[in-house]
Amino acid sequence: MLQFFQSFPLDLLLIQTVNGIVSGLILALVASGLTLIFGIMDVVNFAHGELFMLGAYLGVVVLATTGSFWLALIVATLIVAILGAAMQIVTLRPLIGRDPLNTILVTFGISLILQNFALWEFGPVARKLPEPITSYFTLFYLQYPWYRIVIAGLSAAIIGGFWLFLKYSKFGVWIRATTQDRVMAQAMGIPVPWVYTGVFAIGAAMAAASGVLFGPLGSINHTMGLDWVLKAFIVVVVGGMGNLGGSIAAAIFVSLLESYAAIWLDPSRAVIVSFVVLILTLLFRPTGLFVPTPK
Amino acid sequence: MTTAPFDKAMPLGKGKLSHTAVYWIGFCAVMAVLIVAPLVLPIFWAKFLTEILIWGLLAMSSDLLIGYTGMISFGHSAFFGLGMYGAAGALLQTHPPNLWLAILAGLGGAAGAALFVAYFSTRLRDIYFAITTLIFSQIFYVIIFTWTAVTGGENGLIFTRPHFSLPFLVDMRFNVLTMHWFVLALVAGSYLLLRRITRSPFGMVLQSIRENEARTRAIGYPVERYKIVAVMLSGLFAGLAGVLYAVQNEFAAPDFVFFVTSGDTVIFNVIGGIGTLVGPIVGAGFFQLLRELMSRVFGEQFPYLIPLGFIFIAIIIFLPQGLLGFARRWLNR
Repeated sequence: MLQFFQSFPLDLLLIQTVNGIVSGLILALVASGLTLIFGIMDVVNFAHGELFMLGAYLGVVVLATTGSFWLALIVATLIVAILGAAMQIVTLRPLIGRDPLNTILVTFGISLILQNFALWEFGPVARKLPEPITSYFTLFYLQYPWYRIVIAGLSAAIIGGFWLFLKYSKFGVWIRATTQDRVMAQAMGIPVPWVYTGVFAIGAAMAAASGVLFGPLGSINHTMGLDWVLKAFIVVVVGGMGNLGGSIAAAIFVSLLESYAAIWLDPSRAVIVSFVVLILTLLFRPTGLFVPTPK
Repeated sequence: MTTAPFDKAMPLGKGKLSHTAVYWIGFCAVMAVLIVAPLVLPIFWAKFLTEILIWGLLAMSSDLLIGYTGMISFGHSAFFGLGMYGAAGALLQTHPPNLWLAILAGLGGAAGAALFVAYFSTRLRDIYFAITTLIFSQIFYVIIFTWTAVTGGENGLIFTRPHFSLPFLVDMRFNVLTMHWFVLALVAGSYLLLRRITRSPFGMVLQSIRENEARTRAIGYPVERYKIVAVMLSGLFAGLAGVLYAVQNEFAAPDFVFFVTSGDTVIFNVIGGIGTLVGPIVGAGFFQLLRELMSRVFGEQFPYLIPLGFIFIAIIIFLPQGLLGFARRWLNR
């Protein structure tokens, strides 16, 4: 027993904690877009992962033409936001008032189109985004890239900014009113269909922004969307459905567990840890881990 | 009560057949066409037809959930894949490979997967059911993909096709024709069985869960148990489709456990028309034909899923009942 604790890789544990928090914050950004769309519109956006992927690809394209990563981040986010708004108007607006299961089918159709478009346009070879910040600091024996810390901070800032937007801006108040009571909001003169469109655009923008930010950490290919949407789904279920705070907590929790598991397990199998968390949540607390117990 | 004699007199006018008669005549006509078709078609298209039937069986199994119980499953690849790998395992272990053992093993594998998925995901409803079935099917995919020693990992398993054998009666090699008839027999049998299930009291309870779950529970039906049985039944038929696919193509590959198979299944259902049982088969045929056609006209590399995705979305918005939706009421009568 004592031997076990002596051999416990404390430094490795700390490094993985930092890693887990960094990837957790990116995941939180993805998942909060998903939760936002679900919480307000009752739409499960199956194409969320594809918007993430599209953001990353657009980042590559814009970076290649302009040479600036930060410009790429902004342009890709804006383009995907406009695309999201168009998607909502064309495909989801006719479905308002129908069984919500229709929306998961339609967004699944969109994800098929986007994924195959990416394969057609960019080919099966994975792309890379270079890191915009190349300096390092020393974490134990490791040179830890500043860029990861910057992304974590940026993700947190975007989520925080969004929270402030919901709380204080006029559109944010509209969004919250629509969440509470759609019919009443409409009666008070809030343009509910446009609130939906706006929310979808914001959710899409959040997915795209996280796609560009994540770009330098891994490779970009046309199938990455499914991985991310799965992770985000797990986080949304574990965090409690349609609950923004819960999703963020769950994102960090799941990512931390996965990165600890990666110390002992092969990374491709470490994914199983998040599946186990999901199963345990469903067994013992199907309403979600990070929400108050429903009365 | 007063209308009873009136009803008896009316629908059977002179020269008009009853609904049942028309239904069975139609059924026999379609069967006859499907039996004769491989005799006339070139080999490629005969095989193609067999494959459509197998995909149709998979789609039909998922229709029991989507169309009749109101639960969208995005995880049917798990049942299909476990059926495939179960059959492959049995065929590789037994000498000489035995067809019936393969079917039994495939169904066993699918039933195991279905029990696991059903137990957990029926705790959730609607969208969350769909998401959890998807996640569970990915668990099976990760296990099959990484457990190379047993499943062959990325390469899958390759085996030789078993003989069709009945003890003391026949023992013959499958060819394109007999394979087609064998598949057709099983698919038609499954269809009749599924039709019987959906029209039974059990099926009625499933449909009442689809229409109003809270009320069904209030009447006193144990909704969760019904859902678990529904998922398991659906999984068994999907597993059978997996076994047939494995036997037809002589391999089991992890690609078929991947999400794409589940997605295709949902597309077959939506295009063909949910809640009709026949519709999903038509949807599978439509999908496969369109895909074949597009790859012939525009080349192998053509991303056929882009136009199919647009068709799929258009059908959900403008034709929510699917291609066979107009016949839904008639088929279920």
